[in-house]
Amino acid sequence: MAVVDQPKPSVDAPIEDVLTASGLTGETLTLRVLKGVPGGDTAEVAYQVPVVAGMVILDAVHYVQHNLDTDLACRWNCKAAKCGSCSAEVNGHPVLMCKTRVDDLPAGPVTVHPLKSFPLIKDLVTDVSRNYEVNREIPPFTAAPDDGTPWRIPQQDIDRLYEFRKCIECFLCQDVCHILRSHDYSDRFYGPRFFVRVASLEMHPKDVLDRRDQTRDQGGLGYCNITKCCTEVCPEHIHITDNAIIPLKERVADVHWDPVRFVGRKLFGRNAD
Amino acid sequence: MSTQVTKVSPASLASAPHSGPGPIERILDSLPWWALPATVVTVLGLFGLYSIWTAFLTGGINQSGSYLSPFYSPTIWSTGPVSPALWVLGSPLLFRATCYYYRKAYYRSFFWDPPSCAVGELRHRKYRGETAFPLFLNNLHRFLFYLVLIVTGFLWYDVYLAFWAPDGHVQLGLGTGIMLVNVILLSGYTFGCHSWRHLVGGGLDCYSKSRLGQARYRAWQWVTVLNQRHPLWAWCSMFSVVITDVYIHLLRAGIVIDPHIVF
Repeated sequence: MAVVDQPKPSVDAPIEDVLTASGLTGETLTLRVLKGVPGGDTAEVAYQVPVVAGMVILDAVHYVQHNLDTDLACRWNCKAAKCGSCSAEVNGHPVLMCKTRVDDLPAGPVTVHPLKSFPLIKDLVTDVSRNYEVNREIPPFTAAPDDGTPWRIPQQDIDRLYEFRKCIECFLCQDVCHILRSHDYSDRFYGPRFFVRVASLEMHPKDVLDRRDQTRDQGGLGYCNITKCCTEVCPEHIHITDNAIIPLKERVADVHWDPVRFVGRKLFGRNAD
Repeated sequence: MSTQVTKVSPASLASAPHSGPGPIERILDSLPWWALPATVVTVLGLFGLYSIWTAFLTGGINQSGSYLSPFYSPTIWSTGPVSPALWVLGSPLLFRATCYYYRKAYYRSFFWDPPSCAVGELRHRKYRGETAFPLFLNNLHRFLFYLVLIVTGFLWYDVYLAFWAPDGHVQLGLGTGIMLVNVILLSGYTFGCHSWRHLVGGGLDCYSKSRLGQARYRAWQWVTVLNQRHPLWAWCSMFSVVITDVYIHLLRAGIVIDPHIVF
């Protein structure tokens, strides 16, 4: 992969108001951004960015967009770590660019690459549509038809589901999961984000569907070998492995790996679960 | 009614104090990706070698006075041709081998599947994970939990016996303390198990309408507290087993004398 020099500034405008107002540290950040399109050449382009106190990587990318390379493609929206749009790989680590401070990174050039597990569209923008297809495969929340409303659900029944609701669908967990990233099993493996979704449905006190076999067969739950990278990269600090994937594995074990329950089901029917 | 307005400039916000990663995090971040797998391989490898040595190569049961090594508890078929450790070591070792935490540790460190997050894998063979033999046997973790529960009960009984000197008096010795700490750490590891967390209450969808729902909810909360530090319990209990065994070996060999008080 070639590293090319910073292009000439394409815009003569001064540095963005907020960045130049004050807070300049006098330091310069070398930002090496992977640029390219599918089928074409991809190369790291090095940009020199003046560092502002409190600067995050997304600030630096915006500086490049506004002042050095207006052609640079980057997806972002809220800049508050809540929309999950600006996912990228900074120095090889999947992160949200808006949550990654420059002063937290080791000294030296900083590389910014697109998410590796998804098809590239342009520069830092990838095609994450496969995730939405997986999402459609999961049967939605389904209450019993005779379960009249309004529902009164005790707090203890719903407490553990709040954690799953924090997911912002940044898909960093999908990106870092080696089953999708290294083995490219996107056709047979849902991925951590969707195990979180299945867990939130399976544990819901009002949901009556049983998604365990589907999660094991179509979802490929057995491929997960619990290496916890998904948990490590989650910007919302959801305990994906401990609170979603392992409980799902245990629920599948209830059906397929538990002779005691098997005998119980034979003797007492389905309710033995 | 007046409202006081404080103006905050973007610059002051940008220069607000920011702690960032702590010193330990910075050191860990600065380590190369292979540092953790290499450490795990070394420590688990040494533990494996030590287990073989103490269980099969030292001759006889590692017992000194009232102190019995956890590698030999419960002692069954002590007169047989093979070490009695053979009959009791299986379930604790397999319990650890199928433990969700240790699975992470050895998949990363021994199998390099993957060696670290966002690091490429060295082996490019067909990946099957835990869908095929032998790794799907990891799903039997909960049954090994039942067996380890029995062993843990014996270890608590051993601690009780360690409080009694051979002459029938109550004793309080360094060995008693080591054995007590060991069994506490082992219990913390055992009762923080993910399978136990599921069995005790995690498998329920609706606590409020289940039989014993309130009790199981409380139990699930307690197990969750232990489970959140499961890796720490795992490592500490592993080291404590070795320390306990080494101490009893030293007593047996007469290299150290157990400081104790007899009541």
